Amino acid sequence: MTLYEVEKSKKVKVIKLNASYELKQRLISFGIMKDAVIEVLEHAPRKKTIEVRVGKMRLALRAEEAQQIEVEEI
Amino acid sequence: MKQQNINPEACPVTAKHIKVALVGQPNVGKSMLINSISNAHLHVGNFSGVTVDKTEVLFDYKDYHFTVVDLPGTYAFTDYTIEERVTHEYLCAEDYDIIINVVDSTNIEKNLQLTSELLTMSKKIVIALNMSDEAEKEGILIDEKYMSELLGVSCVKVSAATKMGIEELIDTVIEVYEKPKQEPKLVFSEAVEEEIEKIVSYLKKHKYKAVNSYRNVAINLLKNNKKTYEKLHDDPIWTELQPILIEASRHIELHHDTDDIKEAFAEEYASFNRGIVAEVVKYTADERREKKSLTEKIDAILIHPVFGIPIFLFFMWGLFQLTFTLGNIPMEWIDGFFGWLGETIAPTISNDDIRSLVVDGIIGGVGAVVLFTPNIIILFIGIALLETTGYMSRVAFLLDGFFHKFGLHGQSFIPLVTGFGCSIPAYMSARILKNDRDRLLTLFIIGFMSCGARLPVYVLFAGAFFGQDMAGTVLFIIYVSGAILGLIAAKVLKMTAFKGVDEPFVMEMPKYRLPSFKLIWHTVLTQTIMYLKKAGTFIAGAAMLIWFLSNYPHNELLDQEYSVKIEQAATSEQKREYENKLAEMQLEQSYLGRIGKLTEPLFEPLGFDWKMNVALQAGLAAKEVVVSTLGVLYSMGGDVDETSHSLAENIRKHIPFASAVSFIVVVMVYLPCLAATTVFAKEAGSWKYAFYLFIFTSVVAYVLAFIAYNVTRVLVGG
Repeated sequence: MTLYEVEKSKKVKVIKLNASYELKQRLISFGIMKDAVIEVLEHAPRKKTIEVRVGKMRLALRAEEAQQIEVEEI
Repeated sequence: MKQQNINPEACPVTAKHIKVALVGQPNVGKSMLINSISNAHLHVGNFSGVTVDKTEVLFDYKDYHFTVVDLPGTYAFTDYTIEERVTHEYLCAEDYDIIINVVDSTNIEKNLQLTSELLTMSKKIVIALNMSDEAEKEGILIDEKYMSELLGVSCVKVSAATKMGIEELIDTVIEVYEKPKQEPKLVFSEAVEEEIEKIVSYLKKHKYKAVNSYRNVAINLLKNNKKTYEKLHDDPIWTELQPILIEASRHIELHHDTDDIKEAFAEEYASFNRGIVAEVVKYTADERREKKSLTEKIDAILIHPVFGIPIFLFFMWGLFQLTFTLGNIPMEWIDGFFGWLGETIAPTISNDDIRSLVVDGIIGGVGAVVLFTPNIIILFIGIALLETTGYMSRVAFLLDGFFHKFGLHGQSFIPLVTGFGCSIPAYMSARILKNDRDRLLTLFIIGFMSCGARLPVYVLFAGAFFGQDMAGTVLFIIYVSGAILGLIAAKVLKMTAFKGVDEPFVMEMPKYRLPSFKLIWHTVLTQTIMYLKKAGTFIAGAAMLIWFLSNYPHNELLDQEYSVKIEQAATSEQKREYENKLAEMQLEQSYLGRIGKLTEPLFEPLGFDWKMNVALQAGLAAKEVVVSTLGVLYSMGGDVDETSHSLAENIRKHIPFASAVSFIVVVMVYLPCLAATTVFAKEAGSWKYAFYLFIFTSVVAYVLAFIAYNVTRVLVGG
C-alpha cells in the first residue's frame, strides 16, 4: 500500500521509500523515513495534494510523491 | 581566534571577537531571536546573494564583540533549496567560532535531526531551545541540563518572544568559546559504532595527524563527507583505508536495507534523537491536546475542500485592493515631490543639456522608481503576514493541483496575481518559491499578467477604436487573454526550456502563529531599502541612457528653423503645432528615432510604421512612455495622456485597425519595463536570464502579433 491510498485520519508506518535520490533526501529531511508513523489529515480538492502529520509536523505532499511512499497499517 | 583561545589574558587591550553562526530549521523563530539578542539592529547588512540573504548583526556584550550571522532556515544539508545551499556552504567554508543551533522546543525531535548533522561538523555548538514558554504551555517539559549532558553540548532554554534566557544564552556562548572544544556525544547503532571503531583504530595505528578527533574523522568518512574524503585521499594511508571504508559502507547499508548511506545516517540520527527525546522530554498530556487542536480548527476552515479557495481569493482580492488603492495615495505625493524637485532645480542649471539630463533623465528616472515604493511596502507587509502566520503553505496546498497542470507551483499564484498590479513587486514576491526551477518559470511568465502601467495604452487604443460601452469589455478581454497566454506559455516553457522531472512538492505546513510586528517591520524595512538601493542605482543609469538616446544627436538647424516659425506663428494653436512638429523631427533624427527607422523592415510584417516602432522601443523603458511617445510622434505634444481625445482620434485616423491589434498584442507580451527587468535579473540571479526573458518575450510577442495582424486583416480588412 502507498501513502496515497491511505484514508483520512488513519495512521500508518513507513516501510520503504521508492523514490529518486533527490526526493528521498527531501522526505528524509522532513522525517519521512523507515519506521516513521504518518497520519493522513486532509485531502486537497480532487486529492491532488494530501496533508499528513509526521511526528508533530504537518506536511503537504503531491499525489505523485505520496505514491512513492510504501506504508503499512498499524 | 585560535591564539586567543590558548591564552585569553594575553591581549587585554583589544576586545575579543566572537563570530556566531545562527542555524536552525525554518519556522523556529531564528530571526526573532536575532532581534532579541541584538535588541536594536545596530547594523543590519545584507550580503548580496542570489535571492536569499544572510543577515549579519553586530553588537557588544561584556568584553566581547559579537558578530551574529543569521543563516537561512534549513531542514537538513541536502542542498535542495537555495536556503539549504547558502547555509551549508557557509557552515562548511566560512570562518566562524561558534554555532548557535536554534531549536523549536515544541517540536524537538524533528529539530534534532539538523542538530545531529551539526554535531558531526566538529565546531563548537550551543543549542538554544527556543519557544520554551510556548512548549511549557503545551505541556512539554524539557530537562535541558540532562540534555546538555547527554549530547555533550550546552543547551539553554530561551524564548525570543518574551526575551527569556537571552542573556544566559550569550553567557553560555562566551563560556563555550573560552573553553576547549568538547566532543559531542553522538551515539550510533552497534553496526555503525563497530565500523567507526575499526576506522579509528586504523587511524590510531598509523598515527594519522588530524585536527579533529579520530572519531569525528571516521564519522565523516562514513558519511561521505567531501572535505574529509579529499584530505585523506592524498594521504599515503588511503590505499589501505579505502577498502576498509567500502566494506564499512556496505555493512551499514546492508544493516539499514538501503543503497544510500545518507538515508542510513538519517535513520541513525532519528533513532538517536528518539532516545534523547524519550530521556529529556516529559509531557503533561491534557494541555497538549487542546492547544494542538487550534491549528486543526483553523485548518478545518482555511483548507476546506470547498470553501478554502474562495476564502483565499477573498484575501488576495483584499491585498490587491490595498496595494493599488491605498498605495496610490502616497504615490501622488511622491510624484508631486519629484515634480516639484525638478521644477526647483531646473532654474539653477544654466546649461540646457545638463539641465535636461538632471531633470528629465535622473530625477524623472529615479522618481519613477521611488514612485512604486508605497505599493511595494504594502505588498511586502501582506506577504510577510501571509508567510509568518503560516497561511502561505495552506495556499500552496490548495492551489498546487491546478497550477501543477501548467508546470507551476501552488505558491506561484501570489506573484502572478501581484503581476496585475506591477511586475516589480511580483518579481520580488516570487521569492516565496523555494525551488530554483519553479521560481524561474514563475518569473518568466509574470510579465504576461498585464501590469498597471500598460493600462493607459489599452485605454487609449480601446477608446480609439471602440465605443465607450465596449471599451470596458475590450479591456477585460485583454487582461484575461494575457493571463491565459501566460499559463500556456508556462506549459510550453515547462515542456521545452524547463523540461525535466517534476520537482517534488513536499512542504511543511507550520503551526499558525500570531505575526510579530517587530519582525514584519524588520523584514519589510530591509527589503524596501534593498529595492531602493539596488533597483535605484540601475534604473537611474538606464533612465539616463534612454534620455540620451531620445535627445541626441540634437539638430541645431531644426531648432533654428522652427524657432523662427514658432515666433512668426499667427495663432497659439499654430504655434503649438510647430512646437510639436519640432519635437517630432528631433525625435525622428535622434538615435532612438534612427533605431525605429532602421528596424522598420523588421516590424513591417506586424503592420507597424517607424512611429509605432519608436513608441514600442521607448516602451521598453516604461509602458507609460508609450503613450507620451505616441503623443509626440502623432504631433500632439509630449504632454498627453490616455484620456486625450484628439490623440485617440489621430490614432484612429493614422493607424489601421489590424496594426492597432498587433500593437496591443506586443504591449501585452513584451518586457514590462526597464525597472522590472532589472529586478527580474536580480531575482533570477543573473543577467543571463534577463537576456533570455528578452528573447523569449520578444519572439512570443512578434509571433503572436504577426498572427493577430494577419487574422484581423482577413476578418475586418486592414
